[in-house]
Amino acid sequence: MKHLLSTQDLSARNALRLLDTAEEMAAVGEREIKKLPALRGRTVVNLFFEDSTRTRISFEAAAKRLSADVINFAAKGSSVSKGESLKDTAQTLEAMSADAVVIRHPASGAPARLAASGWIDAAVVNAGDGTHEHPTQALLDAFTLRRHWARIAGNPSAGTTLVGMKVLIVGDVLHSRVARSNVWLLTTLGAEVLLAGPPTLLPVGVGSWPCTVFYNLDDALAQRPDAVMMLRLQAERMNAAFFPSTREYSRRWGFDDGRLALLDTMGLDDTVIMHPGPMNRGLEISSAAADSPRSTVLAQVRNGVSVRMAALYLLLSGDPQDDDDHSDDRPHQDDPFATTPEGRTP
Amino acid sequence: MSPDTTTDRAVDPAQYLIRGVSPLGGEATDLLVRGGVIAASGPDAASGAAADAVTIEADGLVALPGMVDLHTHLREPGREDAETVETGSRAAALGGFTAIHAMANSSPVADTAGVVEQVYRLGLASGWVEVRPVGAVTVGLAGERLAELGAMAESRASVRVFSDDGICVHDPVLMRRALEYVKAFDGVIAQHAQEPRLTEGAQMNEGEVSAVLGLTGWPAVAEESIIARDVLLAQHVGSRLHVCHVSTAGSVEIIRWAKARGIDVTAEVTPHHLLLTDELVRSYDPVYKVNPPLRTSDDVHALRAALADGTIDVVGTDHAPHPSEHKECEWAQAAMGMTGLETALSVVQHTMVETGLLDWAGFARVTSVTPARIGRLDHQGRPLAVGEPANLILVDPAARWTVDPTTMATKGRNSPFRGLELPGRVRATFFEGHPTVLDGHLSTPRRGQVPATAVDGEDAAWNI
Amino acid sequence: MTVPASESGIHKRVVLAEADIDRALTRIAHEILEANKGPRDLVLLGIPRRGFPLAQRLAQKIAAVDPSVDPDLITGQLDVTMYRDDLRRHPTRSPLATQLPPSGIDDKVVVLVDDVLYSGRTIRAGLDALADLGRPRAVRLAVLVDRGHRELPIRADHVGKNLPTSSLERVRVHLAEIDLIGGSAVDEVVIEDRT
Repeated sequence: MKHLLSTQDLSARNALRLLDTAEEMAAVGEREIKKLPALRGRTVVNLFFEDSTRTRISFEAAAKRLSADVINFAAKGSSVSKGESLKDTAQTLEAMSADAVVIRHPASGAPARLAASGWIDAAVVNAGDGTHEHPTQALLDAFTLRRHWARIAGNPSAGTTLVGMKVLIVGDVLHSRVARSNVWLLTTLGAEVLLAGPPTLLPVGVGSWPCTVFYNLDDALAQRPDAVMMLRLQAERMNAAFFPSTREYSRRWGFDDGRLALLDTMGLDDTVIMHPGPMNRGLEISSAAADSPRSTVLAQVRNGVSVRMAALYLLLSGDPQDDDDHSDDRPHQDDPFATTPEGRTP
Repeated sequence: MSPDTTTDRAVDPAQYLIRGVSPLGGEATDLLVRGGVIAASGPDAASGAAADAVTIEADGLVALPGMVDLHTHLREPGREDAETVETGSRAAALGGFTAIHAMANSSPVADTAGVVEQVYRLGLASGWVEVRPVGAVTVGLAGERLAELGAMAESRASVRVFSDDGICVHDPVLMRRALEYVKAFDGVIAQHAQEPRLTEGAQMNEGEVSAVLGLTGWPAVAEESIIARDVLLAQHVGSRLHVCHVSTAGSVEIIRWAKARGIDVTAEVTPHHLLLTDELVRSYDPVYKVNPPLRTSDDVHALRAALADGTIDVVGTDHAPHPSEHKECEWAQAAMGMTGLETALSVVQHTMVETGLLDWAGFARVTSVTPARIGRLDHQGRPLAVGEPANLILVDPAARWTVDPTTMATKGRNSPFRGLELPGRVRATFFEGHPTVLDGHLSTPRRGQVPATAVDGEDAAWNI
Repeated sequence: MTVPASESGIHKRVVLAEADIDRALTRIAHEILEANKGPRDLVLLGIPRRGFPLAQRLAQKIAAVDPSVDPDLITGQLDVTMYRDDLRRHPTRSPLATQLPPSGIDDKVVVLVDDVLYSGRTIRAGLDALADLGRPRAVRLAVLVDRGHRELPIRADHVGKNLPTSSLERVRVHLAEIDLIGGSAVDEVVIEDRT
């Protein structure tokens, strides 16, 4: 792996490698000395074009535990907000010999652009781009789910897949990079993914995703999911005619106390409730659900550091000449010129 | 009234004997170009040629009427860093065009007689191709008030095509009035069909790929609903309508239906919509960002079929050069548009001729004859016959070349065909009997005389 | 004994067979006990991958000598991946688990166990890794094979066999717990000659 841009192009092998490595990183987090020398002398730049203290701190802790030097570049309030282009910013970081750039950007595809442009040599880690993907969030969710799944089965986490697991993702899938990254990663790891949300907040084209789509949350819960992931409802969606009112949204698609009790009634004792945070308590999730023993919210935050350590380690260690040691099992993408007429391509 | 440029300009004194060329891909013959017209053909050509006639060996080459583009962005005035009339018309000549229509979204907008005359004059001064300005439909492309359509029609530029291209004339009342009004001077409204509310913030075709990429979708219905409305309006007021850059299979169906009902509608497709699909957007490379967006493979095939069966009448390049900084950035911030003048012939040959959907006569129909008729250019898109104006090109259909935007004449480097191997090269372009391109390279412009009246008009234009 | 290795053109010869390995380990187990004057405070940490089964075997041999020893309680695994100085010179290595015995390593006598001692860099990484985990009273080193070519001032306390080698040769240790050759588990040390 040279970059971590999306989970869609992450092979099962690389995904498992990331999760297994994260298990070892998690063990380091339980030691007295929570530091490893693996990335000593390497520079990781956190390039944040969007405020996200939680994600930035998590990446910063991960890089520091691996002994990397960390430079935080908050693009808000810097020359970027004065119109400096992504290209110029990238070249500045290149001149500073950044080994990895962790980028959070409001534009979908900005990390991919950075990685493919040739403006910079560094490894690029997508820390959330627009409404596209948030691969490390999905990895920490998968890590959390895997530990849960392995614990139920009485197996060690390392090496375990999510085969047999049923994960329900609920809410604004249309605008959610967390949902996209999870759909690809969880299905790659063998889980069955269900989506539930208002039809206005499910993308046109969702029919081609490897998921079952429900417009009714209770119908989806009747499928007896092993995990329910509630997505954050962004404030800017609330007044854009995607649904009539937050009250109606909460009633139809919120994980409220009634649905929490329903899990008990249905005997779904091992079903966990997830949320990527920050939560809108009382809107997409009730306080009782968020604070219940089923909630993995805090475990998700904790696991974020381990997963990000794994990502930084796997991207930055290893011979840079030894390009992609697992490129063989990348999913094959359609040749975009394949639509050329008969005779050019089969 | 269309300007008779052949009398505005000095005639090239040289004679050109084109030997062994295949007009429209037919039987090989000789053509003699003299005095701005095709003076002789067949055995008469060689025997009628003067001793000092320039001989062009054209074995294996196809002669076609010079291509006519109804849809070119020349950027001048206002964005001379992106393109000028001079660079754009050089690119056009190299691409096999003898006439191009300069879209109105310059700065200032071509919404007055002064601006269209300025562009027209710049075209005359360049002399590589015939440059016909398109007039804006509404003042400043703002979609609020009609521009002075009559003044532009009666100016020296004799504007016949009006368009707010880049922006849809979405107000139905304004669109109706525009369609009605231009009937007075045989004009046509070229509509950029895009329902604005349905495409707020739109970045790419809405479908499976946009769902994955998390880019705001530009749904096909936003184009189709406007076309449906406009053909009904055109029918109601008995006007002619031209639909720019049709991009969806659904639009094709609506236009086919409208034509079957006898509605006077013509439609255009770009070369890029005949070849490229939204799968390319997966790279997030803004060179593939264009409006209307690249669609799906089903749309591409529907567009090809429609161009073949006449539902879509013409190919228009929508040549849209941008300075590199407008493409070297994030997708969402990048400008929309692609260059097209120097690749149009090859892409159409590749997608339509080599697939058997069109023969060379069909190619001439969609790239020259019909666009000239829509733009009311009397001396373009003419038959390759004795006595006709010598606006013609010589094409090597067997050539193969790899697209390299850095070597193009346009200032724009934003070609989506970069790196692609394509068939067909323009070997020569004759513009009013003068070779602007020879041996595949720019030769000399057709030195015309800029009419004194046009020079006078300059001050007048800027005093408005 | 020289066996031409099939199609690869590599010659390999077996320098220690199963019985040789067992004998060497028995001797090392006795040496460890003797040097430590008994099993008190002993912790055997194997360096993955083949150091770990070697440490387990040594613990069992120690327990055979002194039945008061529970071999599982004195054995552990020490992953040194993150401490290596050559991470950038090889394809990315995935870290493996570090597992310490319940007693920890503070004030213990830690015997690092590895299969082959070569440049000494792995052991250097192991010493750094140990320092992050605790403070042993003493650290010793036991290896099955010492092939020379040291690049650091490191030496083993207990050696199964000294094997003079050329740096063009490759020493491979196969252990039944890990290695399957031709479908069967084998114990052997071979030298591959790549000239």
